[in-house]
Amino acid sequence: MSSTIIFYLLASIALIVSFVKDNNNTKMALKKAWKSFENILPQFLSILILIGIILAIMTPEQISNIIGQESGWMGVILASMVGAITLIPGFIAFPLAAALLKSGAGYMQIAAFISTLMMVGIVTISLEMKFFGKKAALIRNAEAFIFSLIVAFVMGVFL
Amino acid sequence: MEKLVAVIKRYKVFILLSVVNVFIVILYPETGMKSIEITKSSTLEMLSILPPIFILLGLLDVWVKKETMMKYMGEKSGFIGVLIAFLLGSAAAGPLYAAFPVAMVLLKKGSKLSYVLIMIGAWSTTKIPLLLFEASSMGIKFTALRFALNLIGIGAIAYTTEKLLSKDDKDKIYKGASLME
Repeated sequence: MSSTIIFYLLASIALIVSFVKDNNNTKMALKKAWKSFENILPQFLSILILIGIILAIMTPEQISNIIGQESGWMGVILASMVGAITLIPGFIAFPLAAALLKSGAGYMQIAAFISTLMMVGIVTISLEMKFFGKKAALIRNAEAFIFSLIVAFVMGVFL
Repeated sequence: MEKLVAVIKRYKVFILLSVVNVFIVILYPETGMKSIEITKSSTLEMLSILPPIFILLGLLDVWVKKETMMKYMGEKSGFIGVLIAFLLGSAAAGPLYAAFPVAMVLLKKGSKLSYVLIMIGAWSTTKIPLLLFEASSMGIKFTALRFALNLIGIGAIAYTTEKLLSKDDKDKIYKGASLME
């Protein structure tokens, strides 16, 4: 957990610099920090329990069968479709992804899931069309989906 | 009382899942206890990771002034425009659909479409607080590799999307943006 220590250092330094420069702004920042955390708290707690239940019921072999390394492109496609359709905030998705990785999921499949989750939005595409028009929204989402498969492939090669 | 109801409403999924877990403990003690054990350890792990990330998120939000950045994203802003677009997206908070209104403001102010698409790309996948969180939960190697790929992907998607749109398509997008509140 060396990265965590670095982040604590980074946050402390940033906080001190910010406080010296303007303590009102700093107070506002801390308030915002708390608010964003409180905002995700209900989903966050839910996913932590869900992770517990899933991992207690499913064996690593079962998880690995569906989205493990051996599941290959079928697993990648499945994971990327789930990612494209669902709307899960990153702060919820990463703990889930990390837990699945530890329990037998493959890097390629998890990378595909994370990438489509963040870049492709099937549920929000109608909203995107309203802003950018049909064509631009379709092009962006299609390209993002293909790009996610490329990401999965490269991650599979390197990790 | 009303407050309590509101809290219960917000946490209803959590409460429901907790009840499910309790039932599992009663019916299948071994599985149930294992589930609680896993939940406990992942909760502790997350609670130790999250504070600095959210503090940085708050600081970024307060100190990075969107308005000043938006000035530098015009048609002829070149590399600076790309960089600002990328930073603007990466310093953002909130889900992707929250980026669309911001994109419209940028277009309204005359930002180049491909830069706005870079902002959307960065907003979707290279947000700084999330990168920190990704590094803590998925490891530095996973995060660094995905980040490097994303730099290429965001640029490529923005560039080709603009190229694939006709002048007419683009005029329509700008016109729509100018009409928006």
